[in-house]
This record gives sequence, C-alpha cells and structure tokens, in this order.
Amino acid sequence: MAASAPLMQARSLSREFRIGGGLLRRPQVLHAVHDVDLDIQRGEVLALVGESGSGKTTLGRCLLGMLQPTAGGVWFDGEDVSTADRKGRSGFRRRVQPIFQNPYSSLDPRWPVARTVREPLDAFRIGDRAAREARVIELLDSVGLSARHARSRPHELSGGQRQRVAIAAALALRPDLIVADEPVSALDVMVQAQILNLICGLQRELGLTLVFITHDLAVVEHVADRVAVMYLGRIVESGPVSDVLAGPQHPYTRALLEAVPKPSPGPRPQRAAVRGEIPSPLAPPAGCHFHPRCPLAIDRCRVTAPAMTEFGVGHTASCHVTAAIHDAKGA
Amino acid sequence: MTDPLLQLAGLSVGFGDVSAVSDVSLDVRKGEIFALVGESGCGKTTLALSVMGLLPGSAQVRGQIRFQGDDLLTLSEGARRRLRGDRISMVFQDPGTALDPAFPVGEQVAETIRAHRPVSRREARDRAIRLLAEVGIPSPAERYADPPHRLSGGMQQRVVIATALANEPSLLIADEPTTALDVTIQAQILGLIRDLRDRHGTTVILIAHDLGVVADLCDRAGVLYAGQLVELAPVERIFESPRHPYTRALLAALPTAAAARGALPVAGGGVPDLADPPPGCRYSPRCPVRMDVCVRVPALVPSEPAHATACWYAQSERMA
Repeated sequence: MAASAPLMQARSLSREFRIGGGLLRRPQVLHAVHDVDLDIQRGEVLALVGESGSGKTTLGRCLLGMLQPTAGGVWFDGEDVSTADRKGRSGFRRRVQPIFQNPYSSLDPRWPVARTVREPLDAFRIGDRAAREARVIELLDSVGLSARHARSRPHELSGGQRQRVAIAAALALRPDLIVADEPVSALDVMVQAQILNLICGLQRELGLTLVFITHDLAVVEHVADRVAVMYLGRIVESGPVSDVLAGPQHPYTRALLEAVPKPSPGPRPQRAAVRGEIPSPLAPPAGCHFHPRCPLAIDRCRVTAPAMTEFGVGHTASCHVTAAIHDAKGA
Repeated sequence: MTDPLLQLAGLSVGFGDVSAVSDVSLDVRKGEIFALVGESGCGKTTLALSVMGLLPGSAQVRGQIRFQGDDLLTLSEGARRRLRGDRISMVFQDPGTALDPAFPVGEQVAETIRAHRPVSRREARDRAIRLLAEVGIPSPAERYADPPHRLSGGMQQRVVIATALANEPSLLIADEPTTALDVTIQAQILGLIRDLRDRHGTTVILIAHDLGVVADLCDRAGVLYAGQLVELAPVERIFESPRHPYTRALLAALPTAAAARGALPVAGGGVPDLADPPPGCRYSPRCPVRMDVCVRVPALVPSEPAHATACWYAQSERMA
C-alpha cells in the first residue's frame, strides 16, 4: 500500500469564480470545478478529458498550484499543498511543471530560446552559470533541438519547435509531475505525432508522472493509462483507458465517444448525435448535470446528483441508471 | 449525376515569391461533398478563396476556374460579387468573426437575401426565420433579434450556415466549419451539412485537417501538400488504399491505441518554405521512397478510373 501511495491527490476539490456583481447586484457564482476526487499514481499518464466549460483546465491549474481551490484541497507526496510552508511550496513548484497549449503565448517573444529554458534554473539558483549553460544545451538536445536554436527567438521557430522549447523549460528542474494542457491541440497531424512521440518518450525515460488535459479521445487512447471524463465541473467517469473507452458507463462518455468522427471509411452509421448544447456553467441543471441531454434520464436524475459507482477495478462512473443496471446484473 | 459543377485547370496562386498553390487541376461534381485535405500552409484555404474571388489584390492567379460554364477568373469584379453569397457561398471556421457583433443575427441572414433578391423587408424576414428554423435554431422568430453574443458557438455557426444558404447556392464552401466547436456540437453541424446536401442537392467543398471529419462526411477528397495536389480519390480509397507517400504518412501519424505509445510513425523534417520550394515533388525531401526523377513535377495520373496520384514512385510501382 505504501509503495502505491499516489503522488498527487485532490480531495473534494472545488473551485468557484465570482462573476459580475457590483454595489447592488450580487455576483454570480461559477462552479468551474465541483467536488472532485482524483488520485494520480506515480509514473502514470492520466488523461483529463472534456469539452469547453468542463473544468478540465481549471482543475489542471489547481493541481499546478496556480489557482487555490475554494473548497477541498490538493495533496502532493502526502503533504497538503495549501498549508505547506515556504520551503514546502518552493519544493512543490520545482517538482510540478506545466506545459500549455499555445507555446507562442507561453514563451516570452523577446527572449532567445536559451534564456527561456535557463530561466527556471536561474530562479531556483541551480548550479553556476557554466553548469546552467551546459544544462540548457542538454535540455535542448533532449527535445530534439540543436545548440543553434539556442539563440533563436520564438517567432523564428515553427509551432512544433516552440512546443519543444516549452517542454525543455518544463523539464529544466527535473520535475516529478507535469500537467500538460492540450499540448498538441494547436499542431498539425504530423507535428502532433512528433510531439506526442517526444512527450511519451521523455515520460518513460524520466519516469515522469503526467496529467494530460485534452479534448481529443484519439490522443487519450494513444498516450494515457487512465482517463477521467469531466462534464460541467464534475468528474463523471474514470478508470483505465481501455475499460472506459471499450465499456463506457456514463451516458456522456458514450455520447462523446459516438460523436468523434472516426478516420476510417466504410458504411457510415447515422449517429444519434447527442441532443442540445452544454448548459452554461453559471446555471448548471439540478441533479445530474447531464440529464437534459441524456437519453436515459429518469425522474431521479433531475433531482439528485448520482454518486460514484464502481463498475470494475478502478473504473467508476456517476449515473443512476447504469448503476441500477449494474446492480441488477450483480444480484 | 457526375457532371462537374466546378473545374480547376492548372490553377496556381502566388503571393510575391511565395507559391501557395501550384498547378492544381480537379473537378468537383454536382451534389457531392468534396474534401480538400491537408495541413496548415498546404494551400487549401487559398484555393477556396480563389474560387470565392476573395484573394487580396496582390495575389497572382493563373489557370482556370470554370463554374457553371463561366471562367471565374475572366469575370469582372461586379460579376464575381453577384456570384458570392448567391450561387457560391462560404462558411468560415470561426463563427464569432464571421458574424457582425452589432447586428441581430436574423437581420444578417435577411440582408444576404436582400443583397441578391428583389424582395421586401418583410419577405426577407420571413425567409430568414424559415432558414434559421431549417438549420436547427429553436424558436427562430424570437432568436431573430438576438445579437450574436447571446448565442453559443454552435448556434452561431448555424446562423452562419443559414446566411450561406440564404440564396440556395449551387456551391457551398465550408472552411473548417467545425474546428472551433466541441465534439458533440461538431457531430450536430456535420449532420446538418449532410442533411442540407441530401435535401437540396447543394454541392459542398469541405476544407478540413481532421481526417475523421473527412471520412465521416465526404464522398471524395483531394490531398494537398505544400500547394500541390498529390492525390485525388473517393474517400474510402484514400483511407483504404492511399497511394501517395504523403497520404500514407498522414494516416499513419494519427494517434491510435494500436500504435505503440510514443512510437507513431512520422516523416522527419517539416513542410518546405514556400518562398523557396524544392524542385519537382515538394514532398520529396521528406519522402522515404524518393527517386532521382522526383526533381521533376509528377503528373496526376489515374490508377483506377476515380483514383489519381501525383507520384513517380506510385507510377513505377504500378508498372512493375
């Protein structure tokens, strides 16, 4: 048990944002992430999947310590991140690093590549100048860039090369955990494949734990060990990738899988496209957030939010209807 | 049934030194959904804009674009403007920028009708409401007066499609119409485009980088690489028996569960600089089956009646 203690845990994590409001008007509350429990095991690749407004980016930012949860918390290596002292927080910031979707906005346009990659080393005063310079070259090499790129500025690089720079900077402090938010979504297919190969190779080589935030289920299938599916701020299903994708238990996961156009020819079945749109997270529906769009919804779904049911080893989903079917089969 | 509605013959588009589209010839048939596939910078949007007549004045265009008997490149600007939004219309990627933020959505549809048809305001309004209903906007009469920001991205894209359909065009060009949308909404919009073709027989050119969307919706596809048309075939042939090494590489690079993690087969290098493209086949510097002859531009040669490939290697493979 001790050996498999999760590297990071979120417990009852919620993050609200207050929107609008003024002297006389009460602000509206947006529940971006609501009551999320999540275990991230050492060395695994966990995919967080969802559409716009699902809360996946907000959850990622809470895990990175860039946002404070409004309730619940994040534990890293057994320590509560929010109550950690200065030293603890500094250690956390060294060991947990981000990679973002758009490397053009996450890199300083005025800085040469070498400075961007060296900056974390400077900030944490690691080694002397010569050691830092050497480490920068080593990092660039590990992401497939050569020393001649060190003096380039971001605008001189392609999108794929810029993402390589962002990855090198994220690796500079030898982190244990990387939270990558849509790291390949802005890239073309061939470049996407190159960057996925790079990230997966480094993850394996360095034994990194990786949280991979994406909307693309094909990418999830390729890179992840486990997946957590989010809808309107809640995790609705999670489990091993093969189990969840082959046997989705939440109707939203099913709808998401059916909606993905498959890059294979042949007879095209008329898909029952899921009805309606994602409701505003400012006014999520009562009960199960998915019920207005759900083909299986029953009265109970409109009133009570379903609890998580275990459908297999480590495979959970929150749905009244499929849970009842599962129970009936088990009985 | 298989008459071409649109024929491109030797179409080239340049911007200064940059050769964005190079000698592209293809036919789009009446009533089909034709995909233009390729990565950023392959020329797919430039090609679409040249059909629309929306290229900037600095563009140098050569070749022919034949549409319903006219060579569009020889028409006056006034004649082309009369075609746009009438017989040919276009849906862009980002509905947020395609709509005027200050005008009610319904009026934007009605305006397009009145720009081309001598109808009264009232008739235009009634038609606009019917169009909004047709593209799946609930309570269209009430939505008519809403500004775009009151609508979700998916609903905005429906309005853009209603605007494009306002005058029952023969040809609808959709440039990445679902790229900015979530996947469940994308499925709805793709279904809508398919329905419109089935009901009205509208010919559609769909520009896409997502091969899943292409397989799902389209009848035939043309694959572009760095401005050159490298392969042209029915969609099932593109996916089942691609002949051009670039098409093969593109399909192989798609992430799947079957491919070993982190080992997607991918061609090295990147797309060439279009200001200084390699001579001959522009894919040749990255191509695993490159031959000496590839410094000359290969012709688009049919291997089956409906399947053509511009590749020296594919031709030699066929001879052997």
